[in-house]
Amino acid sequence: MRVKFWGVRGSIPSPGPRTVRYGGNTTCIEVRPDDGTLIALDGGTGIFQLAQSVLGEMPLTAHVFITHTHWDHIHGLPFFIPLFVPGNLVRIHGAYDVVNSRGIEQVMDVQLQYSYFPVREAEMKARIEYQTLNLGEPFHVGDAIVTPTLLNHPVIDLGYRIDCNGKSVFFTGDHEPYLNIYDPTDPEYAGYQRIVDEKQAQVDAAIRGVDVLIADCSYTLAEYPAKRGWGHGTFDAGIELARRVGAKRLVCTHHEPTRSDDELERIFAETLARHPACPGDPEILLAREGLELDW
Amino acid sequence: MNSIAPELERKLGTAVERMPAFPASVQKILEMSRDINCLPKNLVGVIEKDPVMTMKVLKVINSAYYSLPNKITSVAQSVIYLGLNTVKNLVLSFAAVGILPRMNAAGFDIQRYLLHSLVAAIIARQLCGQHAGGQADPADCYIAGLLHDFGKVVFVQFMAPEFRQALALSAERGIPLHQAEVEVIGVDHGVVGALLAERWRFPDHLIECIRLHHAQDAPPSAMLDCVRMADQICRMKQVGDAGNPWWPDELPVAPERFGGDMAKVIDSLGDFDKIVSDAMLFAQAGR
Repeated sequence: MRVKFWGVRGSIPSPGPRTVRYGGNTTCIEVRPDDGTLIALDGGTGIFQLAQSVLGEMPLTAHVFITHTHWDHIHGLPFFIPLFVPGNLVRIHGAYDVVNSRGIEQVMDVQLQYSYFPVREAEMKARIEYQTLNLGEPFHVGDAIVTPTLLNHPVIDLGYRIDCNGKSVFFTGDHEPYLNIYDPTDPEYAGYQRIVDEKQAQVDAAIRGVDVLIADCSYTLAEYPAKRGWGHGTFDAGIELARRVGAKRLVCTHHEPTRSDDELERIFAETLARHPACPGDPEILLAREGLELDW
Repeated sequence: MNSIAPELERKLGTAVERMPAFPASVQKILEMSRDINCLPKNLVGVIEKDPVMTMKVLKVINSAYYSLPNKITSVAQSVIYLGLNTVKNLVLSFAAVGILPRMNAAGFDIQRYLLHSLVAAIIARQLCGQHAGGQADPADCYIAGLLHDFGKVVFVQFMAPEFRQALALSAERGIPLHQAEVEVIGVDHGVVGALLAERWRFPDHLIECIRLHHAQDAPPSAMLDCVRMADQICRMKQVGDAGNPWWPDELPVAPERFGGDMAKVIDSLGDFDKIVSDAMLFAQAGR
């Protein structure tokens, strides 16, 4: 299995000299199971670079899995060049939106409107198919199985586990560890905490034992209190999750757009110092554009 | 006869999608949604006081799409699963449907109905803690109390002339409303509420509690006892009778559980008037 990072930034593309080592593109991760099937996790601006790298494989079939439909995870989609070339098949997978009662087919529809983009979906030459996924239901793609899990973000967010011949990777998309909305003194606190713990146990079970956990680690502990409820995790929460589920490797992603490469490395080093390695710990990496894991 | 014709079932099942919520909660939700710092627990506090919003949130989270291993019975649980912002936007879409008009063609006072449902919910939860420890979940009893009469709002919205007739028949002949409903409509509000709860894949014990809250021969359960007693207390104390007044010769339900003395049961609830005045404060907002 091979995983390659094409976009690791959260919120908005952040090019420039301060982000040149880790990259300024928004989320896109290429996953290749053993048979080489092309899977793209999210369509942030990184998907444009991914597209350049697969032009030689055309005609191709691409399986795009969208964790959630916030801009930074979909705004590269209209620039996924294989969409414009006849003979290609692009399958876009994602969640059902309970608020407007639409499936993932809305993901390009909302972007490809006359005022915002010059090409209509009907004019794209590739065959485009949409697949709205059922939660927890394994979905076969080539020789891989993709299983979506509902996570915690201000819009429905699916974490994806991809299994292939005993190898596995899990990507959280954007996810904030579950919070108790009550104060410890409120009578509702204990009951709510019980449900939080149950839900967390379900999420842990879905991730358990993965080879590579790619997790939203947007904030430092110091930044987090001001960002509670925004739907993102911390480096520390990522490490705790990886330890709990016995992941072999943790890749921290969704870097803050204002974070320079130097700051990112400093924060990362501080985090690691706070969590001295224990036996059985995962290897912990910072996601950067171009990082490739092959196992 | 107390079963529902397929055509009526279809009509009610689809119509409820367009059902507006109560003025009090719609107003509060709109206010809160303008405040980005609104506390999540306050939002949940409003949703779980409105039977229509609660019903609709539970409908979404229990839908086939989520196929969750365990059915969800509380708004708080729904917030954990769906995320607060999604629930907030969902209820905003419910609020956009409009509000239930207080005056309606059925001549049914929905503000008194809301008060009845809310107080019944709070009392059912308290009774569960005091008289059914370990046999039922207090949070389930709250939801069952809140939703037990949901069928009546469905009648008000979608079968107003028939429901008006049933209310009149109940008053004229001095018979309980659910009996009058069966005579006029062919089905009582418990069966209609349960039909929707079932259609929306609510948990079985909640469906049965809604269905059977007026059925004399229902198999006993702690949850049903608590909801029935809460309903009875509300009617006896004239807390929003929801169209079904207290009958002087009515016997207390489940004497083996509650002791058979209504006055004592009410005393055991503590400050009953406070429970009612708090609920009234909510129910009367948004007029």
